[in-house]
Amino acid sequence: MTSLSQNRGAGVTPRRRGARVGIGWIGVVPFGVYALLFLGIPAVLAVASGFFTEKGAFTLANFDTFADPTTQKDIIGSIGLSAVTAIAGAIAGALICYALLSMRSDGLVRTVVDAASSVFAQFGGVMLAFAFIATMGNTGLLGVVINGIFGDNAYTSPLYTVPGLVPVYLFFQIPLMVLTFMPAMEALKPAWGEAVATLGGTRRTYWWRVGIPVLAPAFLGCAILLFANSFSSFATAAALISQGGLISLDIYRASTSETVIGHANEAGSLALAMVLVMIVLMTAYGTLQRRAAKWGNR
Amino acid sequence: MNKRYLAGAALVVATAFALTACAGTAGSGSTGSTKTLTLAEAQAATSASDFGGMAGLVAAATKEGHLNVITLPPSWANYGQIIAGFEKKYPGIKINSENPDGSSADEVAAAKSQKGQSTAPDVFDIGTAVMDQNLDLLAPYKVASWGDIPADFKDADGTWYYDYTGLMSVGYDSKKFPNGVKKLDDLLGSDFKNAVAIKGDPTQANEALSAVTMAALQSGGSVDNIQPGIDFFQKLKQAGNFLGTLPKQATVASGETPVVIQWSFNNVGWGPAAGSAGNPNWKTVVLPGTGFGSYYNQAINKDAPNPAAARLWEEYLYTPAVQNLYLAAGAYPAQLAAMKKNGTVDKSVLAKVGDAPSDFVQLDADQAAKASTLLTAKWAAAIG
Repeated sequence: MTSLSQNRGAGVTPRRRGARVGIGWIGVVPFGVYALLFLGIPAVLAVASGFFTEKGAFTLANFDTFADPTTQKDIIGSIGLSAVTAIAGAIAGALICYALLSMRSDGLVRTVVDAASSVFAQFGGVMLAFAFIATMGNTGLLGVVINGIFGDNAYTSPLYTVPGLVPVYLFFQIPLMVLTFMPAMEALKPAWGEAVATLGGTRRTYWWRVGIPVLAPAFLGCAILLFANSFSSFATAAALISQGGLISLDIYRASTSETVIGHANEAGSLALAMVLVMIVLMTAYGTLQRRAAKWGNR
Repeated sequence: MNKRYLAGAALVVATAFALTACAGTAGSGSTGSTKTLTLAEAQAATSASDFGGMAGLVAAATKEGHLNVITLPPSWANYGQIIAGFEKKYPGIKINSENPDGSSADEVAAAKSQKGQSTAPDVFDIGTAVMDQNLDLLAPYKVASWGDIPADFKDADGTWYYDYTGLMSVGYDSKKFPNGVKKLDDLLGSDFKNAVAIKGDPTQANEALSAVTMAALQSGGSVDNIQPGIDFFQKLKQAGNFLGTLPKQATVASGETPVVIQWSFNNVGWGPAAGSAGNPNWKTVVLPGTGFGSYYNQAINKDAPNPAAARLWEEYLYTPAVQNLYLAAGAYPAQLAAMKKNGTVDKSVLAKVGDAPSDFVQLDADQAAKASTLLTAKWAAAIG
């Protein structure tokens, strides 16, 4: 929907805009400096460390870790977990947004869901892990109920495996989707629906021809945000899983190991792999969005 | 809008003042009644006499006003009480306890990345494998009771010195397992389903590697060959008894990790000794046979921002009072033999904890390297 409004504004003389950019960049400087200091430089340093030995000599030996079946399995595990929780979280979140759309934007339900989403989207780390141990752990609520019905030891908690992280991650993924996708849903104009109806279209025509094409770029953008959110998650997984299985846990193991000495810089090469996965994903998204914009112009 | 900028500017100024104030207390030292050392001189001091004796050391440390310790969990070897005791004994010195749950490698990383800053760690409590790679970070120092530390427990120049060791032990919830744990193979039984946890991944955490080594000693292996230990955990996993989560004091209290193989001082510290935060039914067993221990080392950061406080901390740790605090947690202190001889050991504590077995073993550097190579190759597949 941003592209539509931009198209409409395309008649405005570009020169004036250019003049405004002249001082406008000053407003971006604090964010630019912040991003450089806390994201850009650390990322470059982390990735660069993958190309050096601990004594500072250039080496490619840190990339040997990708030949290790454990590393390969953990990369696949991370991508799989992130994809599943991003897709499931995006669909569930979008459905919630759809349901909320029919309610008054200043009504009680909307206010409560908005507020709750802001809180739960930030709920993570050890606290989240313990909340799930209390509900889904071996001695948690679910285990007590199932053992009560089927006898002792009938329940084995799935929490301490990589697939067991799916429900835990959805706990913050769905609210994040609601938060980020709701503005896009709200931008759908009722007039478009009326126009479709006037031209003889059904509700299905409206969603198929108008709603979904307009929302698709925002939906995919949000889904990628969810993917990155889960891909980079560490504290929750580390509190639940002690024996690895994700690339973020491998980075922790390599960089802090007390027992396998001299492999700390493998963390840098693993970080590079994570960055590459995100670059591939963002490139795919950019291509898709350009395609979508082209369709929009037709 | 303007107001907000003003508030922001005020905050920046206030922070800057606070920072310079900290730096001032950390580095300066131009007045005083006893021997006054510069920062560089204090960082090179190798005994209390360099400060003009204990009184001079206390005065210099008090002037610094801070001590940065790192990776000392309050429930680990009684460090909660030990830290509180220091602050009580030297009220002018505030202890900043950074990253309590971190690893030995985190200590080294913090010392390197914060070098020259007032937040850098002053002292280390560090595992031998990591320390051996980073001896250039350490400043030699000999505490007053240096002679009470056995010769093979310390570096001759005072670069490092053993502080305490635990023994690998099995902690269990006696309410859930009234029959207890008599031998390691008991844990393979069907009543221990989803029950047995260790302290992390042995290719990362020394305490987990020690659990595997202890399992090897109990299963016909040795410190030179820990393969039987890996085999034991593979059997444990196949039986459905291995619990792949990280045990914490909270999971022991809630019953989620009903059996934990870890250092005796941690099992003791998470049991009734912890009061309401512990599990009142938690029992600690050191299995019969050859015990397995691993001394941790004390050492001072050569770039310590509070060099006098760092040295005072070491003096404090090697007093009988603190050595007895280690002992009370089930951590056998380095001066135990001397304390038994000169009568400063707390006999009631010793009777309760039990004397350290004379025949326990630890990994030397070569054995540790061999063990970690084997684990890197075999562990993930064994429990995967």
